[in-house]
Amino acid sequence: MLSNKPKPYMNPYLAGLLLGLVLFGAFFITGNGLGASGGLNRIIVAIEDAFVPDHVDRTPYLLKMAGGDKKPLDNWIVFLTIGTLFGGFVSGVFHGRLKVETNKGPNISVRTRWILAFVGGAIMGYGARFARGCTSGQALSGGAVLSAGSWAFMFAVFGGGYALAYFVRKAWN
Amino acid sequence: MAPFPIEQLFGKFIAYVIYFVIGMGFGAVLEMAGFANSPKLAAQFYFKDMTVLKVMFTAIITAMVLIFLASGLGLLDYDALWVNPTYLWPGIVGGLIMGFGFIIGGFCPGTSIVALAVFKIDGLFFALGAIFGIFIFGETVDAFAGLWNSSFYGRLTLQDWLGLPAGVVVLGVVLMALFMFWGGEQLERIFGKRNLSNDPKGRYVGALAFVAVALIVFFVGHPTIDDKWNRIAEEKQPLLDNRQVQIHPGELLSLMHSDMYNLVMIDVRDEADYNLFHIQDAQRVDMQDLHMTALRLQNLPANTVTVTICNNETQSTQAWKYLVAEKTPNVYILAGGVNYWLDVFEHGDISSLPHRQGDVLEHDFNAALGANQAAAEPDAHFLQQLEFTPKVKLAKKVKRQGGCG
Repeated sequence: MLSNKPKPYMNPYLAGLLLGLVLFGAFFITGNGLGASGGLNRIIVAIEDAFVPDHVDRTPYLLKMAGGDKKPLDNWIVFLTIGTLFGGFVSGVFHGRLKVETNKGPNISVRTRWILAFVGGAIMGYGARFARGCTSGQALSGGAVLSAGSWAFMFAVFGGGYALAYFVRKAWN
Repeated sequence: MAPFPIEQLFGKFIAYVIYFVIGMGFGAVLEMAGFANSPKLAAQFYFKDMTVLKVMFTAIITAMVLIFLASGLGLLDYDALWVNPTYLWPGIVGGLIMGFGFIIGGFCPGTSIVALAVFKIDGLFFALGAIFGIFIFGETVDAFAGLWNSSFYGRLTLQDWLGLPAGVVVLGVVLMALFMFWGGEQLERIFGKRNLSNDPKGRYVGALAFVAVALIVFFVGHPTIDDKWNRIAEEKQPLLDNRQVQIHPGELLSLMHSDMYNLVMIDVRDEADYNLFHIQDAQRVDMQDLHMTALRLQNLPANTVTVTICNNETQSTQAWKYLVAEKTPNVYILAGGVNYWLDVFEHGDISSLPHRQGDVLEHDFNAALGANQAAAEPDAHFLQQLEFTPKVKLAKKVKRQGGCG
């Protein structure tokens, strides 16, 4: 299964078209778009609920998802997220891109990359819940249905990325 | 008409399988685009590789034109789609934070999941970090919940915000996206030193196709309020014909004095009549502004009861139809309108509803006192003298599930 010959990536416009078709399909069939941070959110809440259910019951933000008898994993976004994981895996298999590795810029070490990935992830995770969605849930899905807040969010994400890019250029270039 | 309540139709198990399959499509396409590779994602922010821009915006305009085309053709109910509610400042601040996280960590939550799926260790660390960040958010948000819930505009769309028809916005977004693609390719050529002559010429055809479809969307238009009413007329017209939603002035008075309901009164008469007399706290709304009123009403608590008012019932019935067509719950009509209200509360005439033609205010006033008169806010003791069949029943709030968690 682990191949030495990864196939080249798909043309971005074509990939975008396919992604748009998946997104349209999601809206057409279910009325919901796509998402990702919500799934991660519910997973952590489920873990918390397993260990400290009383704390969950006392925290309003967590209560909404897992208070009392509510099952945080009993939600469409969780299954969408698991599907995303699986779909990525299957595509990796077909295209010979399954490989245990760390992708990074040429001027930093693997260890540094791991730390930056974790820190960036933490900031991202926090920001995604702050914004009530991430690039999948807000930008892609909200963007396609013309939610004003989603478009504002989208420009803010690009703005934030470009603003900080110069300062972290050593990580990627 | 799409979308479908799949959990109700097929049960939870099949519905979740459907979501799983959709997720698979999502994950597969992300992987095929190369988004499991963090340097490729980060290159976007150094203008070397605009794949992120191209994929994201192509996906958005593809889904967008299809959604609005299907909606215009009556195949898809746009009003039933999940449109992310706008919390303006939390969205912008959260977006900036996410931008920082993106360029530091090299992923977003969705792409990190895909990276994890193909064994990228940086993807794993990112996903763990994201979970940690989400955990921190969950533990701290209640301390600044006021801020987090601020600048709420409800289901605000670009077309509503700009006051333009949806078709114009769709065309505008398509043109903006095509411009960004062109600009992105120039940046790739300059900063990424990419040879653009290797790109398929087909993309120009694709661009024209998008403009063509956007023009079709523009000309097809989107469902008018009359279209929306006609879809539900069979179900809802009997409510009007059987007089199930026309409430007696006494019932309106009891609502005014009740703590149980959040009463909103929408008076659709012209300014002159409104200034002569209107019920205390009744808001004047022009018929053409009802769409924005419906949007506003959607964001009110579940115990909100809306009563439409005109001089008799002609205009208020039309307003009722419009609000119901826009999926506003708990809407009622003041039976007999202002004329009957004044019969009862000004003249003490509690005989049954007279039949009046047209929609003219048939009581005389010496001065335009608006709500500064006794009949505008009758005392609660009147309720003892009045007999009426109460008709108001709160509909169970259908919680539209959607969004990221």
